[in-house]
Amino acid sequence: MDFLALIDLSVLDSTVRLATPLLLACLAGLFSERAGIFDIGLEGKMLAAAFFSAAVAAITGSVWLGLLAGIAASLALSGLHGLASITFRGNQLISGVAINFLAAGLTVLIAQDWFSQGGRTPSLFGGGRFEGITLPFAETLRAVPFFGPLYYELISGHSILVYVAFAMVPGTWWILFRTRFGLRLRAVGENPAAVDTAGVSVVGLRFAAVGICGILCGIAGAYLATGLQAGFVKDMTAGRGFIALAALIFAKWRPWHALWATLLFGYLQAIALRPDIIEGALGFQVQVQLLDALPYILTVVILAGFVGKAIPPRAGGAPYVKER
Amino acid sequence: MTASDTLGRQETAAPAIELKGISKAFGPVQANKDISIRVQPGTIHGIIGENGAGKSTLMSILYGFYKADAGEIFIAGRKTDIPDSQAAIAAGIGMVFQHFKLVENFTVLENIILGAEDGGLLKPSLSKARKTLVELEQEYGLNVDPDAVIQDLGVGMQQRVEILKALYRQADILILDEPTGVLTPAEADQLFRILGRLREEGKTIILITHKLREIMETTDTVSVMRRGEMTATVKTAETSPAELAELMVGRKVLLRVDKKPATPGEVVLDIKGLRVIDEQGVERVKGIDLQVRAGEIVGIAGVAGNGQSELLEVLGGYAVGTGDIVVSGQPLDLSGKHSDGQSRRRSGIAHVPEDRQREGLIMDYHAWENTAFGYHRDPAYSKGLLMDNAAIRRDTVGKMERFDVRPPDPNLAAKNFSGGNQQKIVLAREIERNPDLLLVGQPTRGVDIGAIEFIHQQIVALRDQGKAILLVSVELEEILALSDRVAVMFDGHIMGTRLSAETDEKELGLLMAGVGA
Repeated sequence: MDFLALIDLSVLDSTVRLATPLLLACLAGLFSERAGIFDIGLEGKMLAAAFFSAAVAAITGSVWLGLLAGIAASLALSGLHGLASITFRGNQLISGVAINFLAAGLTVLIAQDWFSQGGRTPSLFGGGRFEGITLPFAETLRAVPFFGPLYYELISGHSILVYVAFAMVPGTWWILFRTRFGLRLRAVGENPAAVDTAGVSVVGLRFAAVGICGILCGIAGAYLATGLQAGFVKDMTAGRGFIALAALIFAKWRPWHALWATLLFGYLQAIALRPDIIEGALGFQVQVQLLDALPYILTVVILAGFVGKAIPPRAGGAPYVKER
Repeated sequence: MTASDTLGRQETAAPAIELKGISKAFGPVQANKDISIRVQPGTIHGIIGENGAGKSTLMSILYGFYKADAGEIFIAGRKTDIPDSQAAIAAGIGMVFQHFKLVENFTVLENIILGAEDGGLLKPSLSKARKTLVELEQEYGLNVDPDAVIQDLGVGMQQRVEILKALYRQADILILDEPTGVLTPAEADQLFRILGRLREEGKTIILITHKLREIMETTDTVSVMRRGEMTATVKTAETSPAELAELMVGRKVLLRVDKKPATPGEVVLDIKGLRVIDEQGVERVKGIDLQVRAGEIVGIAGVAGNGQSELLEVLGGYAVGTGDIVVSGQPLDLSGKHSDGQSRRRSGIAHVPEDRQREGLIMDYHAWENTAFGYHRDPAYSKGLLMDNAAIRRDTVGKMERFDVRPPDPNLAAKNFSGGNQQKIVLAREIERNPDLLLVGQPTRGVDIGAIEFIHQQIVALRDQGKAILLVSVELEEILALSDRVAVMFDGHIMGTRLSAETDEKELGLLMAGVGA
């Protein structure tokens, strides 16, 4: 057996691509849950964003307008979640489930109405897609041993949204732990009464967090339909929102841990695409179905609490009611 | 200059707070009725009243949580509107709530700046707060480690952080709501020293409590509230605990427990060499011997956390111990399969647990369901295979009547009763089982004064029927008033046993601190 063969440059390259939507969704969930609003509607928001970004990109031919439309769609669903769970103090899980159903049904319905292609959008090409960016000196450095191919294959050549996602990791960390907004956000997820008695609006903070969550989910969805793939197909998120939630728990609600967790999931998704490599490494054939199921199996294992004790934000899931 | 000169001058200055005709109703309930009060600057002003008298509502209005239906607020002579907490903070009011409003996994410093940061970035705020904290420490003697995480601090320290939070926001008026409810006697003393220091520095302090002793020892002026009304405001030096109690309750209250000398009979509870090791592997009870006889009350005194709780838990059948315990001649199973509450009840033990809301009641269940707990297998409560709910309700109505539970409604959830009435429900359930041995933990914690009197009378009445009673309380006063004998626990040992007639608070206090034997 040759486990080193599992570390294949092309697999790592797809790992980065496949981890990107997971990472964005995971950070989206991180903002929301750190503020005390559980969000199992990540999946639905991504799906809605994927559809609207692909649809607008297909119609206008501009991927940037598509991105904006995706973010707007995701934000609208975030607003709905905020209205239900913050303003009307409803059950956050139920609101999230409703959003997932709403997105799953509406996207296909509208796609059929607009494009009549069986619930898809037309395939995107040219300016309708985010293309890979070749970073400076990628070509010249390619000949340098080890570092060259690493830079050319792995780091260079991704779409702008991939770099945005990875930059969001230190960005999120900085916002959470170095700014006033971050301090208040974390406080409102732990003990909203402390924030309230300090004279800061609990509702305002939570809406801000849910809003950021919506924007990040929007980027994640847009990347799926206009970066990773070329157009929207039914249920294209394929549980990525839930995988992101599992990664969030795995990461114990910390930005850097979220990066490692989503890279792990991304790797499992990437390696599942290359059964030949696995066969080479292990020396026997593994059922493709089993490989495809790996990320989901890991999700279940994580959610069942097999990865140590993860303590969620203490006020998470509970609407804030002022006491006297 | 004489004392009266000083007083006269103080009263001509604008009051720190003046409330005029404050009223607030919640639906049909008038929580505050036309309340007017003047709080002089640089004094400690006590507000005393039973639970539900409207003290907390009044303070919530002052802190901007509620809007008064009518009335005006003047701060330092200026009419002030307080629509929210931000406005209260701006007016120089700081509040220390009974249940702290701290973020448990934040540091002291982070909690202090939360909501009072200077800019978008944390670093400058944190370093400024660190400097201010050193100044406050020097000024008021409030030392606390700025980098400690709240959940690692004891309640006394956490309360200190709350006070620092208010001072950091430059509060001139500090409101403390039942501040000693969670403190040990030593921590409470420390708090009062701090409050004295704050008063010296010119701060105005409002102390809300239902403990007469605290009022008498620390305040300059005291206002009494009863049923939403301010019934009196008097100089503390010119009043007495008995007068205040009467003003609070509206009738004369016995502050001393009226009881005949005990006539102890044979040994009911005999503990030999009991050891208890808790879940973390720490030995909490380190080999104690104790006897309780029929017809006597033995009080266990001690600062909370010295093994008293574990002693009660083993006796109650929900902790495991080693050693020998004999009740009415029958040895108890301390770790085997008969070490549970059901077996203990069969052995003639009834238990009023220390934490009534967690161990004594199920807060969301009705009173009648709660009176059946632990005794639900009683044939009187069942009809064949089913529970006879009607019989339980009837029984509950009787119990509520005999124990003066208000309101006497068996269909009300336990959480809707006041602390005192919740305790009466537990007491009624346990005492009416006519046990040989009654275990009572903190019988009057969070209970108002009228109910305390009643609860004490019930415990003494049970003793006079020739039952054995083991009382655990952190209130030394209560231990002395109720017990016939007092055993003091410190660090898992019994430091000494005294007849309560032959000892005093000073001697017991030394034993509680682990001094002498």
